[in-house]
Amino acid sequence: MSEVIYKKPDSLSDKPFHYCPGCSHGLVHRLVAEVIDELGIADNTVAVAPVGCAVTADEYFRFDTVQAAHGRAPAVATGIRRALPDRFVFAYQGDGDLAAIGTAETVHAAARGENISIIFINNTIYGMTGGQMAPTTLPGQVTQTSPYGRDPYTQGYPLHICEMLSALNGPTFLTRTAVDSVPHIRETKKAIRKAFSYQLQGKGFSLVEVLCACPTNWGMSPTDAVRRITEEMIPYYPLGVYKEEV
Amino acid sequence: MSETVLMKGNEALGEAAIRSGCRHFFGYPITPQTELSAYMARKMPKIGGTFLQAESEIAAINMVYGAAAAGVRAMTSSSSPGISLKSEGISYIAAADLPCVIVNIMRGGPGLGGIQPAQSDYFQATRGGGHGDYHLLVLAPNSVQEMACLTADAFNLSEKYRIPAMILGDGTLGQMMEPVDFSALPKPVFAEKPWATNAMGGRRGPNVIKTLYLLPEELEATILEREKKYDFLRENLQRYEARFTEDADIILCSYGITSRVVETAVRELRNEGIKAGIIRPVTLWPFPEKIFKQVRPKAYLSVEMSMGQMVEDVKLACECRVPVYFTGRTGGIIPSPAEVIAKVKEIHREVCAVV
Amino acid sequence: MKHVTFSEERCKSCGICVSVCPKKIIGISHSKMNSKGFRPAEIIDQSQCVGCAFCATVCPDAAIAITAD
Repeated sequence: MSEVIYKKPDSLSDKPFHYCPGCSHGLVHRLVAEVIDELGIADNTVAVAPVGCAVTADEYFRFDTVQAAHGRAPAVATGIRRALPDRFVFAYQGDGDLAAIGTAETVHAAARGENISIIFINNTIYGMTGGQMAPTTLPGQVTQTSPYGRDPYTQGYPLHICEMLSALNGPTFLTRTAVDSVPHIRETKKAIRKAFSYQLQGKGFSLVEVLCACPTNWGMSPTDAVRRITEEMIPYYPLGVYKEEV
Repeated sequence: MSETVLMKGNEALGEAAIRSGCRHFFGYPITPQTELSAYMARKMPKIGGTFLQAESEIAAINMVYGAAAAGVRAMTSSSSPGISLKSEGISYIAAADLPCVIVNIMRGGPGLGGIQPAQSDYFQATRGGGHGDYHLLVLAPNSVQEMACLTADAFNLSEKYRIPAMILGDGTLGQMMEPVDFSALPKPVFAEKPWATNAMGGRRGPNVIKTLYLLPEELEATILEREKKYDFLRENLQRYEARFTEDADIILCSYGITSRVVETAVRELRNEGIKAGIIRPVTLWPFPEKIFKQVRPKAYLSVEMSMGQMVEDVKLACECRVPVYFTGRTGGIIPSPAEVIAKVKEIHREVCAVV
Repeated sequence: MKHVTFSEERCKSCGICVSVCPKKIIGISHSKMNSKGFRPAEIIDQSQCVGCAFCATVCPDAAIAITAD
């Protein structure tokens, strides 16, 4: 009888991802689904999808999903949390969604210590709309709307979300991980599991920021994009736990 | 057994919402509706409900979106500028066919405007206010009693037809105190919500609440489906009051607080031998067109606290078969009966010229 | 004996699994192509596989399944 070493998690549907080759969204969807299966909570889960490449996450997650307006996932998740105190509620958001239009919703859900978890995909660009500068675009990074490289003098500096939110009393768990290597991917999964577990224990707001690749809009091959996470993003966005007060 | 209490409109509305089974209120401070939030802040914690003051009206309406998606009765309230901020969220709620109640206690606009009562959000309310083909059910109370009763109605209708319902009041109705009998409230009628995203619970497959349809045929299909619902409501849910209209030469149309000014004006005009009548829309969407087919005045006069917005619906309803006039004040000023009477006499001279 | 299978329809030929396989036994197929026009990855020499699952861990499309007979 053959033993399964690895298989696609049950909470992932059979529909192939629409994401570009090498895009980390699919990978993080997989990690989220793996954790939800391991915790056995799919039947109790309500996910909130963002506006961005992951807007159609409902086609990939085999559990209830609500599509939020751009940037408003933390507010929608709050509404669900308050309506259904005993369900598992998480929001999945990109950097434009969470750190630009949704900054207020992010900060205040965190400040409230809302008992929800947020999976924050930081790939330093707006993907769905074709590669525009995002709040996390690195200085000097070329995008559709920073064609000469982001100039902090005129376009400001990137937001360090974990560091920002760690100044608040509300959050319980804030961590930044990356998916540029097998060890880091495993750490990302562990972080997601910890964040979800804290929520299940009613411990309050948790956010996992994941440094991700967007090969298409970075104009790179998938493997070069993974290398960019290692060489450019991690130095600018140091990995680690930024808050863990349980 | 009547339960009559002297109460402020904003608070009566809050009490009615609670009695209608609303346990989730997401607010934000803005004059002249803030007492409603304060009332919910006092009451909800005592009954295991949720009162949450959001970081903005935008966040508040999206919290309502989430709570409504989860299947509970949720409400938010604001005043004119706040409703503008909520309009994207309202468009999403309508597009997701989610039931909820949104209260607009109107104030003078545009911009920051003023804090006195106005009715200059009529277009915003009846034409949707946000983007896309959609409508809200719009109910317009003209007393504290109706602020309560129409709120209870709004929850039932919104849930039955899966359409967001708006209570369109104004600063006067929100701030004034009148006796209100809560035993007269329509009882809550809870609808089944198999569509709610309240987690599969081992009972069913995943539910999805979404509004993105990249395939135009798919998007059109959802809009056409919703239009059937709107057609049904247009046909079956027109509510209004009509008085002295059988023999009226001039029919005054007015809703909300101004309708009470018009009542005084019509009584006096009748005393002076001028045959004036009243049509008071209670549902602003769907607009009560039916009554306009049953009356034969020589002219209509729309009386509003704005530069004239409902007057356009009066023209549409009577298809301009007779002249439609407008009079009103705006910026927070309530028209006086004398002003209305003067305008009617002016019209009377024009349309009822003695041969 | 480890058995690694690639879901042809899910794979997008991104090549990240190829780059992390410690045994260098994953390649991109020259013969097969899926409905979207991607040439899926495949195992070059199954016998060398140690079942470390690095490939499955990095796969952005959850296209890889591994069993041990």
